[in-house]
Amino acid sequence: MSSELLFAVVGALIFTLGVAGTILVANLLRRILAFNLMGSGAFLVLVGLAQRGGESDPVPHAMVLTGIVVAVAATALALALLRKQHEVKDSEEELTEIDDG
Amino acid sequence: MVEPVTFVVWLIVLPLAWAAAAFVTGERIGAWLGVVGSAIQTFLVVWMVATWHVAVPVIHRVGGWGAPLGIDLTVDGLALAMLLLTQVVSLPLTIYARSYFSEDASKSRHFWPLAGFLITGLNALFVSADLFNIYVTLEIVGLSAVSLVAIGGGKAQISAALRYLFATLIGSGAYLLGVALIYGAFGSVSLATLIPLVGSNPPQAFALAGLLMLFGLMLKTALFPFHYWLPPAHGGAAAPVSALLSALVVKASFYLTLRLWTELFASIADDIAWIPALLGAGAILWGSWRAIQAIRIKMLIAYSTVAQLGYLFLVFPLLPGQDAIRATVMQACAHGAAKAAMFAAAGVLIKATGQDTMAGLAGMTGRLPLTLFAFGLAGMTLMGLPPSSGFLAKWQLIEAGMARDLWIIPVVALAGGLLTAVYIFRILSFAFLLSPSSVKIATVPRVQEWTAFALAAGSVLLGLRGVELMALLPGQVP
Amino acid sequence: MTSGELLPLAVFFSSLIPGVLIFLMPESATRTRTTLNILGAVVKLVLIFILLAGVRAGDEFGVSFAVLEGLELAFKADALGLLFITLSAVLWLLTTLYAIGYLEHSAFRRRFFGFFSLCVTSTMGIAMAANLFTFFVFYELLTLSTFPLVVHRGTQAAMRGGRIYLAYTLTGGTVLLTGIVLVQNLLGHTDFAHGGVLGAFDDSRSTYLKAIFFLLIAGVGVKAAIVPLHGWLPQAMVAPAPVSALLHAVAVVKAGAFGIVRIVYEIYGVEFAQSLGLLTPLAIAASITILWGSLRALSQDDLKRRLAFSTVSQVSYIVLGVALFGPIGTIGGVVHLVHQGLMKITLFFCAGNYAETLGIHKVSEMDGAGRRMPVTTLAFSIAALGMMGAPFTAGAVSKAWLSDGAVAANMGWVVWVLWGSSLLNAGYFLPILWRTWFRCNRSGWHAEHIPVAGWRETALLLLIPPIVTATATIAAGIYANSDLSPLAWARLIASREYVTEIVR
Repeated sequence: MSSELLFAVVGALIFTLGVAGTILVANLLRRILAFNLMGSGAFLVLVGLAQRGGESDPVPHAMVLTGIVVAVAATALALALLRKQHEVKDSEEELTEIDDG
Repeated sequence: MVEPVTFVVWLIVLPLAWAAAAFVTGERIGAWLGVVGSAIQTFLVVWMVATWHVAVPVIHRVGGWGAPLGIDLTVDGLALAMLLLTQVVSLPLTIYARSYFSEDASKSRHFWPLAGFLITGLNALFVSADLFNIYVTLEIVGLSAVSLVAIGGGKAQISAALRYLFATLIGSGAYLLGVALIYGAFGSVSLATLIPLVGSNPPQAFALAGLLMLFGLMLKTALFPFHYWLPPAHGGAAAPVSALLSALVVKASFYLTLRLWTELFASIADDIAWIPALLGAGAILWGSWRAIQAIRIKMLIAYSTVAQLGYLFLVFPLLPGQDAIRATVMQACAHGAAKAAMFAAAGVLIKATGQDTMAGLAGMTGRLPLTLFAFGLAGMTLMGLPPSSGFLAKWQLIEAGMARDLWIIPVVALAGGLLTAVYIFRILSFAFLLSPSSVKIATVPRVQEWTAFALAAGSVLLGLRGVELMALLPGQVP
Repeated sequence: MTSGELLPLAVFFSSLIPGVLIFLMPESATRTRTTLNILGAVVKLVLIFILLAGVRAGDEFGVSFAVLEGLELAFKADALGLLFITLSAVLWLLTTLYAIGYLEHSAFRRRFFGFFSLCVTSTMGIAMAANLFTFFVFYELLTLSTFPLVVHRGTQAAMRGGRIYLAYTLTGGTVLLTGIVLVQNLLGHTDFAHGGVLGAFDDSRSTYLKAIFFLLIAGVGVKAAIVPLHGWLPQAMVAPAPVSALLHAVAVVKAGAFGIVRIVYEIYGVEFAQSLGLLTPLAIAASITILWGSLRALSQDDLKRRLAFSTVSQVSYIVLGVALFGPIGTIGGVVHLVHQGLMKITLFFCAGNYAETLGIHKVSEMDGAGRRMPVTTLAFSIAALGMMGAPFTAGAVSKAWLSDGAVAANMGWVVWVLWGSSLLNAGYFLPILWRTWFRCNRSGWHAEHIPVAGWRETALLLLIPPIVTATATIAAGIYANSDLSPLAWARLIASREYVTEIVR
């Protein structure tokens, strides 16, 4: 198996794990971690496929760098919201569902 | 003579500038910056539209660096129509928001920078010409929108914002994976380069990438059954935020779905076109049903958005015909203006009556006639009654469906109109009921009522003269 | 812009502008509002008389405006449209005066008169529509502008009536739209033309054309109250009397009937409709409605509901006239559009007078009303006799032409339907006349709101309109053969829709 394909497959697996985590996990902090995992999976696919015949292609690297920045911003927002939610909530238990009006 | 269209980059730079300035200067000046900035942007885009005569898309190379390494901005008729919608709807909304948030400095402080970033992201999204830049702009829009939902800081808003955040991140993640696969298959992310490369027999990875990207975008557009995040977010946010989100943000991801579907994924599109149409029909039925049952005003309007988005996807089996695209653009603009008007009017009603259920609206036709008239006009557009733009969109959709003998589409569209009428008139009926005159209502500044009315009147006036808007798009009536 | 374009637009705006201004003025500006209303109505009448003279001389009036590529809003003023416009404008003036009197002490008058003006504007649009698309636009606007009038009182009962009204009319509108889009698909346009526009299609499309006809007629049939689509009409009686008068004599039901006339004559063409075999089913539907409406009217004690069912029955005379192939039937149906309007509005004005002055709403309460309110009851009697087809009234003229038209169209059974209807009309009107004139009021008028003042049995603004329309009912009957009568205009219309000579 070529290294490109290996990276791609592993990246896809990690991505799937991340998505599954974001949807299925109850704890919000773990959801944020899962989302980061998802991002990492996508980045791995990008970088892995960036090896074109042995030479690495800088364009996907640039894209991944941008993606990491975006992921960091999103994570920061998520953490801020999570903290805010703890502040406004009464009890200690995690809130994962909200009701529709 | 410089073409006005080359000023498109100002539509991105300007809102970015006033957003940053608003963050620094605080709420009072920030609000003014927002209004003035929006006015300038609107002027620019109207000028661009008035002088639009180009059949071939205009390309602007940012910083002089062209694709594939630099970022290209492409303006064609469809992009220009969406830019027009964004500016024309956000201008009255900025005026409305300035008045709406005037009593609450803490909310206002956050609103203006975030709204500016949102508009920056939207404008950039409509003119992006490569897949990765689209990803970046999608994220700008998404994160700004999530933050806007959270303004107010209440338990409901934060929970809704978190739910929205995870939904939008999953959508972007799927999209990004799709971009990665496409790059791996073709070695480019520029749309102009990719479209000729794809050909009629693309590799399997391409189809998978297509499915991932389209899924991601549909999740962001809240297409049934991926709509779960929308009602709490749009129904719980502050009125100007709900207006911006329902009118513009969901249109952005829809625009991308449309573009990628017709340009990049045309080879696989025909086989799967029935899926968005079916989901769209489901959206119309389910969204309307939930709207009919709603008790709170803004939840009704939010579920109405879910239903109305279904119309946009109903058209997919008719693509890539020019008549179908014209119908979609008309529907997007009609819904954008009408939904913004409706949320604005709802904001006024909720502030005046101090509560947000429909039962509390009794007697409001006497006390707030202008607002209710605005609500009624907006409802007229959503129901697709003439002479509104919603009717023109429905007419075009029906004609496009009949031209291809796909009768089911017009039938669903007409049935949807009747369902919309049920919940629109339900809420209007409450307002006509007599109420004891002792009910106190708070005074709401007139400017809020008038901006809601202006948006609603605009959606109806567009219905009287759709020629100019349709002239932006290529192709004539066969 | 030429005068040929300007005049129709001016007629249209003469009620739109007052309507918009009324909405902008405060609730308390009663005098200004009244002046605006009456001024608008008078200006409109003047403009219409100019148009009448012009159309009679053969001038063309029209204006159009592109909404989308291939889709136009177009107005034209032709003989048929002017018939409807003149009726509407004259009756609007009278109803405005009546409404001012009726709502003297009511709340929400700004809302009422604002939507009232919009309602009339929509009617102008319907009458002057030069294609089905324009017709549809104003048809739906009529639905929207009448809704606030129906629910004006704001009670739960009013809201219920409004909901039912909307359910019927919006569904009908959707069906109508389906038909219109199909026509557009076939022809590329939906323009009305004398003699019809669909006649060029051969037999291969006849089933398709029949289906379209069914959709179009069903769509407009809701407002025209054809059985079984009439259910909204009795429910809409929750509205105040001026609204019932407007809905039943001028705007909504006539718009439906007018739509049927336009569809049969100017989309299909009456000769083509006959060749497709569409006229007989239409005549049957109309006949069923005529008889069913009258039967239901017999059992109603509430006066306005009795009149509502009477309307269901009477409007189908117009549809029947359209379905009788031949100019005589056409003339009978078209002239009844005017005659029924005059007579029915009189009846509703009088019903409103009884309710406002004496607080009575039911037939069983009307004993001796003739003694207390002789002028009103006289007007009521004239109109009721007209409905029955008594001599010297407008109703007699319509019935005569319809009977002759039935014979000329080889539909002799229709004459029996007309006779049966007259008998039923007598059955539900004569008892009222008996009660009001010949029985004594035993218990006194408990709920009397407006006391007698000299010869004035009730407010002047409530008295004058029914007097005017009752007089017109007789005048239209006696002077039917003069050049200025509605009958003369109906003959003009028929002569332009048919190729053959009119003999009578």
